[in-house]
Amino acid sequence: MHQEWWKGDCTRRDFLRLAAIAALTSAEWKTAAAETITLPFENGERPLVRYPQKRPLIQLTARPPQLETPFSIFGENVLTPNDAFFVRYHLTLSPPSPGLLKPEVFRVAVKGLVDRPLRFSVAELKQQFEPVEIIAVNQCSGNGRGFSNPRVPGGQLGNGAMGNARWKGARLRDVLMKAGVAANAKQVTFNGLDQPLVPKTPDFIKALDIDHSLSDEVLLAYEMNGEDLPWLNGYPLRLIVPGYYGTYWVKHLHEITVVDKVFDGFWMSAAYRIPDNPCACVNPGSTPSKTIPIGRYNVRSFITTVAERQKLKGGVQTPIKGIAVDGGYGITEVLFSQDDGRTWRAADLGKELGKYSFREWSIPFAPAKLEMYALKCKATNRIGQSQPTEPLWNPAGYMRNAIETVRVEVS
Amino acid sequence: MKHKHLRPPLVVRALARPATLLLSAAMFSISLAQDWQLPKETQKFKPGPGAELATSNCLLCHSADYVSTQPPLTRTAWKATVDKMRVKYGAPISTNKLDELIDYLAATYGIRADARGR
Repeated sequence: MHQEWWKGDCTRRDFLRLAAIAALTSAEWKTAAAETITLPFENGERPLVRYPQKRPLIQLTARPPQLETPFSIFGENVLTPNDAFFVRYHLTLSPPSPGLLKPEVFRVAVKGLVDRPLRFSVAELKQQFEPVEIIAVNQCSGNGRGFSNPRVPGGQLGNGAMGNARWKGARLRDVLMKAGVAANAKQVTFNGLDQPLVPKTPDFIKALDIDHSLSDEVLLAYEMNGEDLPWLNGYPLRLIVPGYYGTYWVKHLHEITVVDKVFDGFWMSAAYRIPDNPCACVNPGSTPSKTIPIGRYNVRSFITTVAERQKLKGGVQTPIKGIAVDGGYGITEVLFSQDDGRTWRAADLGKELGKYSFREWSIPFAPAKLEMYALKCKATNRIGQSQPTEPLWNPAGYMRNAIETVRVEVS
Repeated sequence: MKHKHLRPPLVVRALARPATLLLSAAMFSISLAQDWQLPKETQKFKPGPGAELATSNCLLCHSADYVSTQPPLTRTAWKATVDKMRVKYGAPISTNKLDELIDYLAATYGIRADARGR
């Protein structure tokens, strides 16, 4: 019976990986004296681990890999470096073996309700379609889940499961138009080369409505910050869905299928769903009566240049800087408070790098008294959406966007 | 415009030759593939009655940190998680060992009072 799990598309590499895991369960376990970081919630200690093409990142899980960006990196550059960008996989056989991703092997297929089913290498995508660039934030649906109160099961992330990058690729629309979309098309589904081990595990397939797919914003990206995508961020091709949670940004994208109904695969119909109400929230501990697939980002803002419990010198001017993001309407205001939200003043907004990018902000801070300061920031977007004072709650711990607080000690 | 008649740097000229380009592209992809090794999975389940069930069932699909990084969960929540793994993700966990597995998770990674109060 165990033999059945080996059927299918397991490569030799996958086999070796699994053999190594089997050996691990019986052999001696070496505990690497790794450096650790402790996220500010119960059971928040994590090792910092170096992966291929990555600097040491906060390891949430090893297999499949989930890595979080140490938060201080967001204060260094408005674009998140590729080697610091967070990683989130779902399926056991992730990331796909490099052999499947080589330029001479990898192809993306466009199929389903199209006039002409097509297949492209990445080189062909580059040659045949106008290259488009967009700076956009990719944020995990569960970014900040570890702060949920009451706590909820799932990936216990701090706020580092997000990143901002300059993506370059072909428009999905241009590729779909070349294939010719049927009139009765309703959605488009996206599948990557990451795979489950157990055949009954649903493959990670996501769907977007046809109108969204034919908008000019969704890209098939082959470059990230001027380089090939890192292996762990979807090399050689991933979907870019600006303003939408990372769950839609399918990595190692190799199948694009036009369908005539609302796709009912597990990862759309059962997972990544939020309460169907304006706050995407329910009373803590309760279950939503109706849910919908998660969609656009809500408004978030962060202080990035000082960390919790950091000590600052009194009488010295310390500019406080940070970032804000929303679902694509554009950040229009960031307010800053140094007295735990009693009074607020407007921060200076940095250059707008497009409506899907992090928007930088800064404000002078010259603390006179020697005491603790509870620093807060609150952003508002073009349509007036802002951030709640108290966290909203849902059972999956999605879409945290409460006003965050950073306590600093002035001495 | 002053630079117009200057020869491009050697590396640009080399890259402009199709054969060189092809060769360097091939070497690049090979070197990338060779470098791509994931770090070893090191964590194991905490010892306790039923730990071997967690090892043999859970580690088939994911590393032990999927469990160890959870907040302390009630036995009810651990049961719901194990059920989700079986029903939604098709984990082949034998039904006659379910209670033992859930007991282990609740006792080892759970809210202790809840595990005792069962």
